[in-house]
Amino acid sequence: MRRHAQQILSRLASNQSSQAAACDPLSKLSQTCVAVPAARAFASDADLLKTPLYDLHVREGGKMVPFAGWSMPIQYKDSMMDSVKNCRNNAALFDVSHMCGLTFKGKNTIPFLEGLVVGDIKGIEDGTGTYSIFTNENGGIIDDTVISKVADDEVYLVVNAGCREKDLKHLNEQLSKYKDGGVEMIQHDDRSLLALQGPAAMEILQPMTDLDLSKLYFSNFKKVDIKGIPCFLARTGYTGEDGFEISVPDGKAVELAEALMEHDRLKLAGLGARDSLRLEAGLCLYGNDLTDETSPVEASLTWTIGKNRRDACDFLGGEIIKKQLADKTPTRRIGFVSSGAPARAHIQIYSNEGEEIGEVCSGAFSPTLGQNIAMGYVPRKYAKTGTEFKVDVRGKMNTATVTKMPFVDTTYFKG
Amino acid sequence: MSLARSGRALLGQFSQLSRGASSQYPVQASWNFKDALARSYATVLSDLKYAKSHEWVKQEGDVATIGISDFAQEELGDIVYVELPEPGSNVTAGETFGVVESVKAASDVYSPISGEVTEVNEALVDEPAKVNSDPFSGGWMFKAKLSYSGDLDKLLDSGAYEKHCESAGDH
Repeated sequence: MRRHAQQILSRLASNQSSQAAACDPLSKLSQTCVAVPAARAFASDADLLKTPLYDLHVREGGKMVPFAGWSMPIQYKDSMMDSVKNCRNNAALFDVSHMCGLTFKGKNTIPFLEGLVVGDIKGIEDGTGTYSIFTNENGGIIDDTVISKVADDEVYLVVNAGCREKDLKHLNEQLSKYKDGGVEMIQHDDRSLLALQGPAAMEILQPMTDLDLSKLYFSNFKKVDIKGIPCFLARTGYTGEDGFEISVPDGKAVELAEALMEHDRLKLAGLGARDSLRLEAGLCLYGNDLTDETSPVEASLTWTIGKNRRDACDFLGGEIIKKQLADKTPTRRIGFVSSGAPARAHIQIYSNEGEEIGEVCSGAFSPTLGQNIAMGYVPRKYAKTGTEFKVDVRGKMNTATVTKMPFVDTTYFKG
Repeated sequence: MSLARSGRALLGQFSQLSRGASSQYPVQASWNFKDALARSYATVLSDLKYAKSHEWVKQEGDVATIGISDFAQEELGDIVYVELPEPGSNVTAGETFGVVESVKAASDVYSPISGEVTEVNEALVDEPAKVNSDPFSGGWMFKAKLSYSGDLDKLLDSGAYEKHCESAGDH
């Protein structure tokens, strides 16, 4: 029986509030759920789901924390600073098995999914993927995802752990409403997901597969044997570095992780480093930077809306988004750097004249740059690069400057 | 803004490290103190007094020097910003005197004594990581003229503090 399903059942039986699960990724915990409902919901570690790598994490000194209903390593023995640097200079291995992998199959797979996401799935080549957005009827963001087109009748995608129940409910509802049929959804609850990220990722993985990785470019997807294990391999990630996400059968996850760990340039990295890395790369965290109430246009993710789809906008909430494409939204997501103490999520943003103009959605000290970086939502007239405003950190008005993202240059492998 | 307030838990009660703490991560009771201790046996100096909230005091006449313990810096991780009191201001035993920000979170720090701040460690402005590398010396935070030296009697000696750190692992 499937691991997650079993654990989820026992969790439901123990009256787990769905609220905790609804708050997903990292800081989201801090905010939407402020960890209080989470603390209540997970009275003991026994209630938490465990990935097949749990024992390995503990053995390697992982500090296990509750995250979106799972017990996950936030860091290992290295400091977060060192862990981030090692990913940028060498390679990091993240267990992201808490995330939810799905395959859609059938002749109507693409028309069905294009009714739910903003991307041009029909238009991308087989064996490639794209970052996309599931919208709701109001044009808000249900979740963000990486969608890989295996073939015209098969699509693989990964959604956030914290959005799992919400997404599955949504997808099942939409499937049952979809009158044309010809599409089925498969949950990969029997597979684990490993993210191998960093400049050494290719040299580490290449000896384990016959596939020539120098021909597998950023966003490419392939079903391939790694150490003889049938895997789904996507050249993607959440760090801004070159790297791979490897979906591996649960029973082989530890074997593959241990084989990768034999390489001396690779170190395990936890959710803490992962959050710093994604923020440095300007990548959004659902729950912080994106919510059911923000639209892709507002979130500065207009680029995810396929060019071929902008006229019709024939996805959920499309009419609203089409209007936003024409008229723009009053506010948008921007990146900025600031002086003083880090401007973390929920800190208020003020104009230089003292008017409250927005709020920080993610913010931290960047280990790579050695300065404070953040994202926030502000009115468009403050969104231009170089614009200055203030952030109120515990009563101190620190100076902030709008900065282009990514904060740290990405090094995706484009051949 | 509630960061400092929500961060209260952190240094104040390690067992809660993050329940509300932090702004960032859900580091809860399961943060593994035992392992943290087993890994690196936090240093505890014998000529200092300690608060349960993990600050230390060194008394010289009526002047007290205050910082955070090795155990505290280890748990907080890489410190990137330290907010200190103004010289001339008053601090009160048991109340916050500043904020320490690590990569992980913002955390309040509590004064173990009452008195008037006479000097702060300006070096921490440019090198907050000194709190990590040298918590008992170069990482001191402020000096104060003690208003009531009896405050120190309520603090833990090194032996009691060491036990306190060990028991943090049992939460």
